[in-house]
Formats: sequence, C-alpha cells, structure tokens
Amino acid sequence: MSRLPFYLIVGFLLLAGIATSIHRHIQFEIPWVPGEQRQVWEIEAVITFNAQNGPVQVDLALPANQAGYRVLTENTASSGYGLSYSADELGRQAQWTIREAAGSQQLYYSVQMLVAPDARAPNQPPPGLATPTPWESPYETAADQLIERAWARSANNATFARELILDINGERQGENARLLLTQENPSALIVRLLNQAGVQAREVSGLMLEDARRRQSLSSWIQVFDEPGEQWAIFNPTTGERGRPENLLLWETGGRAVLEVEGGTNSQVSFSMLTHNQPASAAVRNHRSQDTLLNFSIHSLPLEEQALFQTILLIPIGALVVVLLRVFIGVKTSGTFMPVLIALAFIQTTLLTGLIGFLLIVAVGLVIRNYLSYLNLLLVARVSAVIITVIAIIAAFTVLAYRMGLSAGLTVTFFPMIILAWTIERMSILWEEEGPKEVLIQGGGSLLTAVLAYLAMNNPWIRHITFNFLGVQLILMAFILLLGNYTGYRLLELRRFKPITEDEKPS
Amino acid sequence: MSWLSNWTWPTRLQDKGIIGMNRRNIRYIGRYNSRKLYPLVDDKLKTKLLAEKYAITTPKLIGTVSTQFGVKHISAMLAGHNGFVIKPAKGSGGKGILVIEKVIDNEFVKPSGAHLTITDVERHVSNILSGLYSLGGSPDVALIETLINFDESLMEYTYEGVPDIRVIVFKGYPVMAMMRLSTAASDGKANLHQGAVGVGLNIATGAALRGVQFDRPCYSHPDTGHDLASLRVPQWDTLLNLAAGCYEMTGLGYLGTDMVLDRVHGPMLLELNARPGLAIQMTNGEGLRRRLDLIERQPDGVSAQERVAFARHHFARQSELGASPDTTAANA
Repeated sequence: MSRLPFYLIVGFLLLAGIATSIHRHIQFEIPWVPGEQRQVWEIEAVITFNAQNGPVQVDLALPANQAGYRVLTENTASSGYGLSYSADELGRQAQWTIREAAGSQQLYYSVQMLVAPDARAPNQPPPGLATPTPWESPYETAADQLIERAWARSANNATFARELILDINGERQGENARLLLTQENPSALIVRLLNQAGVQAREVSGLMLEDARRRQSLSSWIQVFDEPGEQWAIFNPTTGERGRPENLLLWETGGRAVLEVEGGTNSQVSFSMLTHNQPASAAVRNHRSQDTLLNFSIHSLPLEEQALFQTILLIPIGALVVVLLRVFIGVKTSGTFMPVLIALAFIQTTLLTGLIGFLLIVAVGLVIRNYLSYLNLLLVARVSAVIITVIAIIAAFTVLAYRMGLSAGLTVTFFPMIILAWTIERMSILWEEEGPKEVLIQGGGSLLTAVLAYLAMNNPWIRHITFNFLGVQLILMAFILLLGNYTGYRLLELRRFKPITEDEKPS
Repeated sequence: MSWLSNWTWPTRLQDKGIIGMNRRNIRYIGRYNSRKLYPLVDDKLKTKLLAEKYAITTPKLIGTVSTQFGVKHISAMLAGHNGFVIKPAKGSGGKGILVIEKVIDNEFVKPSGAHLTITDVERHVSNILSGLYSLGGSPDVALIETLINFDESLMEYTYEGVPDIRVIVFKGYPVMAMMRLSTAASDGKANLHQGAVGVGLNIATGAALRGVQFDRPCYSHPDTGHDLASLRVPQWDTLLNLAAGCYEMTGLGYLGTDMVLDRVHGPMLLELNARPGLAIQMTNGEGLRRRLDLIERQPDGVSAQERVAFARHHFARQSELGASPDTTAANA
C-alpha cells in the first residue's frame, strides 16, 4: 500500500496554503502580525428633494483621496435611479437620473474614509485665473482698497489671504468690507478678491468629522495656491487660520456646487457619520476589494458575516489542539471535540468567568442528573430533561449574577447548552460505572484541553493569521493529516508502560 | 527528579517492542480491520449467530429483547432458568452486563449477593434498549444468555466474577494471551483498569507468566491469596484453535477474542473486540511488536491448526513467577 498519494496530497496542501498566504501578503499588503488599528469613518449623505413629476437629474460631488484620508469603499442606495460616477481634474461626481419621479425623494450615498496620515492629495495644477468679474462703481473702490491694504501688510499669497480674511471677517472688519458683504457671502467674496489680486484661490466644501453626528452640513473653506510651496493652503474663512483641522474632510475641492438637482425643489444634502477602528490589514483589504473581480473571498462578505467567519475559522485551531493533546500527550476528554465548543464559549465569557460558570453548571447538573437517574427514564427523555435543567441553571445563574451586580455572570448564556447536557449525562454515567476518579480525569482532561484551545484561539496573532490568510486552513489541514499518521508513543504511555521496562527483577 | 522516575524513554519502550495507541490504531486496526466488518463484532447478537455458523461454541442464547414492549414479557422468558446473564448487544468494555447467579423466590441474586426484583431487571433491560450502554447511545437489543458454569480448576484465582481469557489474534495467529481475574477492588468485573488482576499466559502452554494489578507486578491473587504461578489454563489447544478460528469467521486481521472456560462445554467464545487494548503487553511483560512483525512475514492461507502450532512453537516463554514448586507441579 503506497503512501505516496498521501504525501502528495499533504505536500500539495502545504504548498497551496503557503503560496496563497504569501500571495495575500504581497498582493494585498496584509502584514503577518496584527498591526496597529486604523480609524475608519463611515459617512452617509442623504439627498432629499421634491420631484416634480418629470425627469430628474441629481449631481453630487464626492470626496476623493486627500491629505489625511483615503477612500475605502462607497455605496449608494437609490431605487429606480440610474447612477453613474464621473471624475475629472476638478473632482469626482455621482449622477443620479430618472425619467419620472414625483413626491419626496431620498437618495443615499455612503463612503468609508480611512484615516491615513500618509495619504496625499493628488497633484492638482493651479487652475488658470478666472477673469475677475468687474465690480460696479461703489464696490470697485471698496474692493481695491481692501486688496491694497491687505497686500501692503503681506509678504506672499498665503499671508495676503490671511490678511484679507481678517479684514473681511475678523475684528478689523471695516466699512469697505461690510459694503462688499452685501453683494456676496464671505467666502465667495474672499475668493473673488483673491482672484482679483491675481492669486489663485477657490472655495471648497468640507465636513467636520465628529463621531456619531447626524444631520450635519458642509462648511465652506478657502484654498489658496501658495507659490513657493507649489501647493494649496487651506484657510478658515472666518478666522483666517491657516491649515486643515485634523477632522476636516474635504468633500468638494473643484470650486463647483456640491449638489445640483434638476427637476426637483427643496433639495438638500445632509450628512451623518460614525467612526470605528479596524485593523490596518482590514482597512487595506477593504480598499482593495473593489479593485479586483477575482477577490473571491470571505472578506467580500458583509461585516456581520465576516465577524461570524472570524470565529468559524478558529475552530480548526481548536481541533488542532485536540489532535495534538490526543495524539502526542494522550489526554482523555469527555467527548472528543466538546472542549473546542467550550473553548469557543470561553472566548465570549473570558476565561475565569467561563471556568467558574462551566464548573458550576456541570456540578449542579450532576446533582440533578443523579436524582433523574432514580426516576428510571428512557435515555432521550432523560437527556432532554437534563437540557432543560441546564437551561434553568444558566437562567438562574444569569439572574443571580445580575442581581449581585456581576455583569460577567451574564455571559454564561454563551455556553452550548445541548453539549453541556450531554457532558453532564456522560459524566454521570462515568461516575456510576467507573467512579469519581475517572470523572475527575476525563473532566480535568476536557477542561485542560478547553483552556489550551481557548488560549490558542484567543491569541491575537492566531486570530489575525487565521482570519486574514485563508491558506492557513490548508496548512492546518496538512498538519492534521500528518498527525493522523503518527505511530509513535504518546507522552502518557511513557508512564503507563514504564513497569515493563524495569521487570525481571522482582521487588 | 523523583517525579521523573515514573517515566521512561521512548527508545526503551521501542527496545521492548511495546506498541502504543497510535501505532495500534494506524498500523494494525486501520490496516487489517475493515470498517465494514466492525458490526460483526460490535453487535454481540451478530457475533453469536455467526459463531453458530462456524461451529464456534458460545454461551447458549435464552432470548433477546428488542422492544420496550417486550420488556414486559421478560419474566416469562426467564422462567425455568436459574442463572443467566443479560447484556447489551452493542455494549463496550463490559458495560451494562448483569449477571444473575441464582433465582430465589422471584428474587434475583447477583454474584455479589445483592438481591434484585423483577422490576430492577426490567429497568436494566429497558436501559439497554434505550441505548444507555451502547456506543453513541443508539438504540440497542438486550441478549439473555445462560450463565457460564465456569471451570472449577480456576475458581481459586478469582473473586466473585468469571475469569476470562483474552487472546489477541493477528491474521489468524494467536499472538498473545492473558487471563483477567476479577478482584474485590474491581467489584467482580474483569476490567484491568478497575483493579482486576491480569495474568500473562504462555502461548505454548497456557501457564501463567506474570501477574499485574494496577500496572504493577503481583504474585498472588489479592483476595484469595492463591499463588498465580500455579495457574494454568486447561484445554489450552482447543481454546487457541477456537480463537484462531475467529479470523476466518470475521475476517478481522487484528482481533481480541474473549473466551471463558465452561465446566461442561469447555472453552467458549464470549465476545470479540475489533479494538483490543494494549494492557496485554503489561501482563505479558513484553511488547507485541516482534510477534506481530513475525506474523506479518508469514504467508496467507495457512489453516487454523497450523497457525496455532506455529504460535505455540515461536511464542513459548519462561514464567517470570519464579520456579516455585507449584509451577513444576502444574507443568507435570
């Protein structure tokens, strides 16, 4: 009987597992170790308007990669509307269109922005200076004077912009400024004056990011092209402060309207946002997921299902621990893979609470099961009765823990009840047949296995590796196959068979 | 380093030819025991019917109970039988076996002297049917067999229970044998890990080689005080032939056969085990490895008698129980 096919399979699994893991590492830049957490903002824009029984076209400016932020994923929800994205040097836009719509309409756009300190805005060349619209006579003098004063007090474009803003919005606001403000809103006025003075500037819209805010709107900011730095400098149009606040996300940078609706009235856009942290690797993964159609992996699933898989993918680790303990050590457990399920419960409850809860439930269960054995019931009925008992015990402990203010006690509900019931049943039979010593050995073995499996499964590095590198599952498979081939002694057999090696000399 | 004194090195076990659990499972059970043959030995009823076909003596079947409804009729079935054994068809490790030595005034007496009522017996049967003792808790059938009148020559070596003889049969060759003597510590059961005494038997003669209780050497029965050195199983050749014949009967290459000696019927097959334990190595003070290796080199298609003769010739051993006068007397 040739073992060659077996080793070929193992070799293939190992190679495939290692290759896919390395591929993921290189292609998707997923680190081998769990890195730092990255902050991700989820921002949702809701466009509302009243449609007027006719064709509707909605244009919404979209945020792009920029200093400090990177676009991860974006989604829209708009039933019945056609949707197209477009991008030009001035920015990105989404366009919704529909032939006929009536009544109140809502369109949703949501985007995930990764906080990336190293992210840079794409190089935008300064737009050619717009031909300044000439002022009418009284305003022209006021504008000229404003520019003149600010120019005199400044050294370059940036300082000129700052002075101008202070003259228009700050404490130094004079008569000239007040006069001009009757014609234009402050930001537009500042940009117009800057342009008039030959300085490239534009008005941009930004969103101040604050966690769990709803119904926010965009604020207006001024960008000035700073010649020596060859880059855009951003100014707060009310205070004249230079620089982008940490939490400012620029939504529209082309100097265009954020929202344009044709065929609707009362249009407005409002924003809500939420922040959460996720491993850098996951953030990168999301970033890439839209790039490739072939990204056929669980990471393309919705977040909720991914969280579920994070646990499922740990089960092979628990199984590996069981195999190791069985094959190399020879630990006896009650129910082969019961310890893995208990370990999964420990992940939810934390170790100490889990251990105490498990021991309490099994101990009380054994006492009650002992009474049930006097009732002379059929097996299935008895185990069902034990299941109900276990549920009752868990309920009682939970309520008790809650009353005593032990919130940790609430997590005992994570224990797999049917497994516990079978454990109690088996332990009880074992007790009757083999005595309490065997119960302690098997129960202790099960708990030891469960604790070791828990430690392995709860290790952040192992969690990171199993979840991010599916190829690891193949490697685990190969290892388990190899272990299933081990014909050597178990550790505990070295003790068991010891007497044989020292015989022929009667003591 | 005192805690290390209980441990040994793998190389020393290897030198002794000891087989570990993993090796037994992969190398012998996995290779020589086809899965589809397991039901033949895991179900004692099937084993029994098969044994009848192959003219292998087994304890006489009084009847079977397969439905909870049938439990009610058990007293009718037992009428006229003074001693009987109730066992689950799919039980393992001697679990769920109820031995009734005699019936006095509708009271059932166990070997320990405890009295049971018919209700107790019915409950036991009902538990068997619901799968309490079967592997995996699947529904089961209860077998009721006549009590074995076991050979008086062995009476002194046991306490309460019936001593049984385990022979490991590899590819039809009896490779190693031991006798399991129940003790007070084992509660009348012949399970070694519960404290029964295991006595390694010389394959050549059926005489005791070595006694072991709780994995430690032992020279006399702890309860009866009888010297183990004088132990010698009668009708040894018949017994080995019976054991060897189980290979043809089941087709299982690595088989544990449990036999008893009946006063009238001689050696009888009690049950078969497709996954026999490794404790037999402890009782023989020798590993199975060399014997199994030797058998593996033998050609197939040898008759049972020849296989027994081969084994008796090659696996002969000297007793380690000391050349006491008893041994010579027994051999004479």
